[in-house]
Amino acid sequence: MRHTISVLVENKFGVLSRVSGLFSGRGYNIESLSVGETIDPSTSVMTIVTTGDDLVVEQITKQLNKLIDVIKVTDYMEVDHVEREMVLIKVAPRKDDRTEVLQLTEIFRGRIVDSGPTTYTIEITGNEDKITAFIELIKPFGIKEFVRTGKVAIAREGVKKK
Amino acid sequence: MKKSGAEILIECMKREGVKHIFGYPGGVVLNIFDTLYDDKEIELILTRHEQGAVHAADGYARASGKVGVALVTSGPGATNTVTGIANASMDSIPMVVFSGQVPTLLIGNDAFQEADIVGITRPCTKHNYLVKDIKDLARVIREAFHIASTGRPGPVLIDLPKDVTAGSTEFIWPEEIKLRGYNPTYQGNKYMINQAAQMIAHAKKPVIMAGGGVVSSGAWKELKELAELAGIPVTMTLMGLGGFPGTHKLSLGMLGMHGTFYANTAVQNADLIIGIGVRFDDRVTGRTNAFAPNAKILQIDIDPTSIKKNIRADLPVVGDVKNVLKDLLKAAKELKGQQWDAVRSSWLKQIESWKRERPLSYQPVENVIKPEFVVEKIYEVTKGEAIICTEVGQNQMWSAQFYKYDYPRRWLSSGGLGTMGYGFPAAIGAQFACPDKVVFDIAGDGSIQMNIQELATAVIHKLPVKVAILNNGYLGMVRQWQELFFRERYSHTELESGNPDFVKVAEAYGAVGLRATKPSEVEPVIRESMKIKNKPVFLDFVVDWKEKVFPMVPAGAAIDEMIFEEMEEKKEKKLKAVK
Ligand SMILES: Cc1ncc(C[n+]2csc(CCOP(=O)(O)OP(=O)(O)O)c2C)c(N)n1
Ligand SMILES: [Mg+2]
Repeated sequence: MRHTISVLVENKFGVLSRVSGLFSGRGYNIESLSVGETIDPSTSVMTIVTTGDDLVVEQITKQLNKLIDVIKVTDYMEVDHVEREMVLIKVAPRKDDRTEVLQLTEIFRGRIVDSGPTTYTIEITGNEDKITAFIELIKPFGIKEFVRTGKVAIAREGVKKK
Repeated sequence: MKKSGAEILIECMKREGVKHIFGYPGGVVLNIFDTLYDDKEIELILTRHEQGAVHAADGYARASGKVGVALVTSGPGATNTVTGIANASMDSIPMVVFSGQVPTLLIGNDAFQEADIVGITRPCTKHNYLVKDIKDLARVIREAFHIASTGRPGPVLIDLPKDVTAGSTEFIWPEEIKLRGYNPTYQGNKYMINQAAQMIAHAKKPVIMAGGGVVSSGAWKELKELAELAGIPVTMTLMGLGGFPGTHKLSLGMLGMHGTFYANTAVQNADLIIGIGVRFDDRVTGRTNAFAPNAKILQIDIDPTSIKKNIRADLPVVGDVKNVLKDLLKAAKELKGQQWDAVRSSWLKQIESWKRERPLSYQPVENVIKPEFVVEKIYEVTKGEAIICTEVGQNQMWSAQFYKYDYPRRWLSSGGLGTMGYGFPAAIGAQFACPDKVVFDIAGDGSIQMNIQELATAVIHKLPVKVAILNNGYLGMVRQWQELFFRERYSHTELESGNPDFVKVAEAYGAVGLRATKPSEVEPVIRESMKIKNKPVFLDFVVDWKEKVFPMVPAGAAIDEMIFEEMEEKKEKKLKAVK
């Protein structure tokens, strides 16, 4: 099973390597990891997407909690939440395809953030399904470069346990 | 008042109650050593290797229950501590290690004797720090001692750049510790504890498995009371020895790979395993899917990660073992109409018959010293009151099997990491912690050579530490595996041809060396060593090299699939020494 885990940590040097070292040292895998400061500059949030059976994910959250610099761990599998990820895609469509690329971007509510003589750079934000769908559709037009931020997640208000 | 970083360090240690530091100097810690030079309250014990310093701090901690402290220089001094730190980490030993570091401005430049010790020890410490600003120093030290000694204890390393200890600032002792990410659970959940009491009441064939957590939380009284109240036999992991009296009629001794027949058999036939301060290490469980197949598992531990890591848990209780046992006892006593004796009598009878069926044993041979016999004699002569440290290998297992530990904190052995070279420096640390106790290191001829240089430390400090070398001329435990599983191909396990004369080695350092080559000499030699009060003693016991540790659970087998001595004898192997 795939889990999105959010880890509230002390915003100190070395914390990222404590967390990533925990994953590599214990053989857990990280599909994506994104880190950023919260509104309180003394803390950061790491959003980690990982896979594993229930026992493994239970160990992961416990091991994370055990780190002194970790303040709070939330496994979003158990919480109603919103997830987003952003990708930047540089496409180089043939001349006749350019309009179609623009239309697709529009349909997915993406934005063209840069364009060159032969390329567009598209920004797409959404959940995983949307991003995967968009990538599949845009692939045939020729993706030159592609970066994704990794997922971030936040609980819905009036957090309900699922 | 302004103080230098080094003075702050010493002042903080005093406030933490530190009396002894085990250490080794070097360039970047000169300021600290200079400050210690005039200090009357804290004694620095110069070991002959940084590994020795850390193991000594570990032994000090295990014997006393206090935080052990080590102080070393940067680079090689720091990297030499890694084994000792990893060892303490695996066995949850409270320890603070101070390492010097190059000045902050040079960090990252591959400066002389620079090593990223914080990075290196991250996975083998409970927590670690690099102090970049002298203003953080007092707070970090305070936090380190707190983290090391609370919750599930463990080692904490503090890396101290030279300019931090050389600089000066206003000293402010932080009264309060604020660590929002560190809140161990000390009290067990009441509902779960009541459930646990019910579970115990309903069990017909319960077994308590006591681990290192019983010792570190100081829960031996509560454990004994529970076992006696509810009539439950108790087996111990290697780390748990001494957590329950080894001579108690409910004691099953140690379980696991070299556990007793009756402990392993009881566990495999139990309907309830009560794991107390154990983490179900693979040396204890054998093949995990065959472990205690008919039992429900009730697990009590302060560390949630110990639960459901290797073995299922039907009822987990997270909390300090001592607190949980107190509550559990109360809940058990409140159970109405519970007739403990009646429910348990047939199970306890069964246990007794297993004990009679196969006690721990060995075959004495005329004129050859059996290593088990040496351990038995040490037990007799010391009346079971000594602090026993061990090295790793057969010596460790025989010490676990043939000495009965009736008291906690008198069994100091490297459990999780299995570190050869641990026992002797640990014995030195233990002797500093307990100057009035008899301290033995039961050693192998291989292991003792891993930290033999600490003879100098023991001699200088007039420590009457006794090292009983079970000298079998081999890396015996590895040889045992080669004999049993590698067709007697003794690849690189023969030591005798290169072994020194241990008596002469001892003498060369100014210690006493004694030797026994016949069974009749064993007891006199031990008695002789007991008379020596101001020097370490090496006791060289030339023992049967063929002797193996039994019972033995082969790797990957269930713990009741044991090999016994007579099964091996029947094979009538002609054992040849490689000499
Ligand atoms: C530092 C270290 N290196 C290697 C090992 C692997 N090992 C485990 S037992 C053992 C043999 C120990 O020999 P000795 O000290 O003579 O003890 P004996 O088994 O003969 O009693 C070895 C090499 C270890 N545990 N620790
Ligand atoms: Mg040996």
